[in-house]
Amino acid sequence: MLFAPKFLPLLVDSQMHIPDGFLSVLVSVVCWGLTVLGVGVALWRTGQELDERKIPLMGVLGATIFAGQMLNFSVAGGTSGHLMGAAIAAILLGPWPAVLVMTSVVSIQALLFQDGGLLVLGANVFNMAIVGVFVAYGVYQTILTLTRNKPWGTFVGGFVAAWTSIVIASLVVALQLALSGTSPANISVPAMGLIHMVIGAGEGLITIGALAFLYATRRDLLGLAPAGPSRASNRAVWIGGLIIALALAVLSPLASIHPDGLEWVAEEQGFLNTAQDAPYEIIPDYVFPGLPDERVATILAGIVGALIVFGTALGVAYLRHRRQPDTAYEA
Amino acid sequence: MVKTTSQEILIKNLNFSYPDGQMALSNVSLEIQRGERVAIVGPNGAGKSTLLLHLNGILRGDGRVRVAGLEVPGASDGALRRVRAAVGLVFQNPDDQLFSPTVFDDVAFGPLYMELPPQEVDRRVTRALAWVGMEEYAGRVSHHLSTGEKKRIAIATVLAMEPRLLALDEPSAGLDPRARRSLIELLCTLPQTLVVSTHDMRLVQELCPRTVILDQGRLVADGSTQEILNDEVLLNTHGLERP
Amino acid sequence: MHYHFLDPYRPAKSVLHTLDPRVKLVLTVAFILAVALAPTAAWPLYTLLLALAVAAAVAAELGVTYALKRALLALPFALAALPSLFTLPGARLFSLQIGQWVLTATEPGLQRVLSVVLKSWISMQAAVLLTATTEFPDLLVAMRAIGVPRLLVAIFGLMWRYLFVLVDEAIRLIRARDARSGSPMGQGGRTVWWRARVTGGMAGNLFLRGYERSERIYAAMAARGYDGEVRTFPQPPLNIGQIIVLIGGLISLGALTLLGIWFW
Repeated sequence: MLFAPKFLPLLVDSQMHIPDGFLSVLVSVVCWGLTVLGVGVALWRTGQELDERKIPLMGVLGATIFAGQMLNFSVAGGTSGHLMGAAIAAILLGPWPAVLVMTSVVSIQALLFQDGGLLVLGANVFNMAIVGVFVAYGVYQTILTLTRNKPWGTFVGGFVAAWTSIVIASLVVALQLALSGTSPANISVPAMGLIHMVIGAGEGLITIGALAFLYATRRDLLGLAPAGPSRASNRAVWIGGLIIALALAVLSPLASIHPDGLEWVAEEQGFLNTAQDAPYEIIPDYVFPGLPDERVATILAGIVGALIVFGTALGVAYLRHRRQPDTAYEA
Repeated sequence: MVKTTSQEILIKNLNFSYPDGQMALSNVSLEIQRGERVAIVGPNGAGKSTLLLHLNGILRGDGRVRVAGLEVPGASDGALRRVRAAVGLVFQNPDDQLFSPTVFDDVAFGPLYMELPPQEVDRRVTRALAWVGMEEYAGRVSHHLSTGEKKRIAIATVLAMEPRLLALDEPSAGLDPRARRSLIELLCTLPQTLVVSTHDMRLVQELCPRTVILDQGRLVADGSTQEILNDEVLLNTHGLERP
Repeated sequence: MHYHFLDPYRPAKSVLHTLDPRVKLVLTVAFILAVALAPTAAWPLYTLLLALAVAAAVAAELGVTYALKRALLALPFALAALPSLFTLPGARLFSLQIGQWVLTATEPGLQRVLSVVLKSWISMQAAVLLTATTEFPDLLVAMRAIGVPRLLVAIFGLMWRYLFVLVDEAIRLIRARDARSGSPMGQGGRTVWWRARVTGGMAGNLFLRGYERSERIYAAMAARGYDGEVRTFPQPPLNIGQIIVLIGGLISLGALTLLGIWFW
């Protein structure tokens, strides 16, 4: 829902739910295609993995995440942090049911409360329910493996998974805006990225708090999800999530330094808009007020991106040497 | 031995513990004939709700549970469905029981899962709602209703399955006096065998000729309501009061 | 407890309220698509589309400004489009001096930003009208009709049903926290970490209650024969009047779209 940053540059709102009118039809349609694919697979896998408790469980957890998004706490100044939920859903339920839960959360938000548009619902679902869940799951499983399933690994993993899911999802939003010609990449990417690195901390903290509570009261619920890599499809999500995070972490700084490629795509959609739409020409001196130089802004983004890449490279290396016993999935 | 065909429920030596080891039911034996109205009373945690959940196989313990001629523990899927169609279980919290978007959807749920044709489903929904006096509520959305209305709809949701036996868990809990009075009147009109788990001793007095006392998972008394309610010592020992 | 602040439905007996939800859903999406396909700076076309939206609001007995006001909620996101004001090349409109930088707003930039904001505002009005005139259970029916998988619709339905219950619980938790958050001088609140932990604990609490509730719901569903399959009551087909409205609406929107593409 709404987040009110008062001390950050107001150039880009930190809301992740894109309203109608901000994405081009082409980008919307492509995202719909990806979403239908992803949700379709999630339906199929969930149908096979969970027993008949699945509908009430997923429905109520969706409502819980929704209600949980009303909880907020002040981070600093006038800002407050609240929950997106992809990470906690992925950790508690496993990736595919989490996709369905987040799909319903995002859809109901759009349908009922106009939190996000209808035509661009495909994109919003893609960003939060697919990318958000995949990245969260990938990071979480990686850290669990790295820490050899120690309890503190759950918490560290929860935090980093939540934080990463928010940041990566926001980068996807920025790229979608750039590809649609709504917002130039070299502004939207760094702005979205940086803002959500702060917001992501809030998500991370709430996620840990929730995990800690459940760890103390109903530890068995933390084992609800089908055990990590024991199923091929979950392994696919794990790796897929890492690849997405990696790709976006690398591509986004690149896109913001060299937005021409994205501009070209935006321009090529001109047949759907007016012929007189001109491509962007970036005049470097004042594109990101608040930071002295566009280059500094993108370097910052690049550094963070590099950290993510480094971290995930570590994870991938460990993946190859993992020795994780397959634990039985308890229904 | 000739089995009496009017035997509705037979429970013999039922034991049940929760997964965390807590013993919930201990050697419970009970026999209920068709048409009887039996109250199950006892202090909190006595196992009343747990016992009810055994009647339609949601919980399975050690021992024998036979309902409407069908053995419940170890029943096949098909047999279990028949059991659940025969036993209408009304839960304590109507919010848990009204889980569909509209009242119609909720009342139609049971018949739909019995795979009845749409016209028959429609007919049953209308009849069930009429029985509880809520015909105009079919299109309403559940969460807007009052507790009393929800309890009546919850009863309708099981009546639509035309069960032989109704098991109600704390039917009058949370109701104001008027709603409670109207609920008791409704229950009095129902022809089914009734098993009612409750704290409401006045409801027991009005509705159920026979009373069973459960305490700490054990069945400690089984007899006519009048006798039991007059036995103050017995009542007080098990955390109960006279109405 | 009712939470009308969460329920956008406004009961009435208007033409739009009685229109079949399947028709309404399709026409709403078609309208938003028409707006999306409208070219940049096609002001007359935007006016036509806006007029359509206002006409619909009136037909729904909601008043002229109902949707206009609610659709303004999208406005904060407009800031995302603001940079385009300064980055599209073209005729110079005005310049801003901030420190050592000069921001030059251009005409195409202004057109781009205004178009995005207007299109967004108009699109959102359609969504507002849809939810104000259609009860959610009917929206579920409409979703099934256009092909949303039954399992997903079932999850939506359950989620919506318990939304109000759980939001109620969340609000109770918030009130309980706030009631214990007083301090004589108005100071305090400890650290961000602590606050986050408390909030996280509340979130965990909510999840636990949600989970346990879902177990009880499952028991209630099982008691009525639930076996994992989604079974629903079949919907009657559209009658001829509804079909005419649907086709008429689609043709009009299509015509407007083509109009936009040819003339602008």
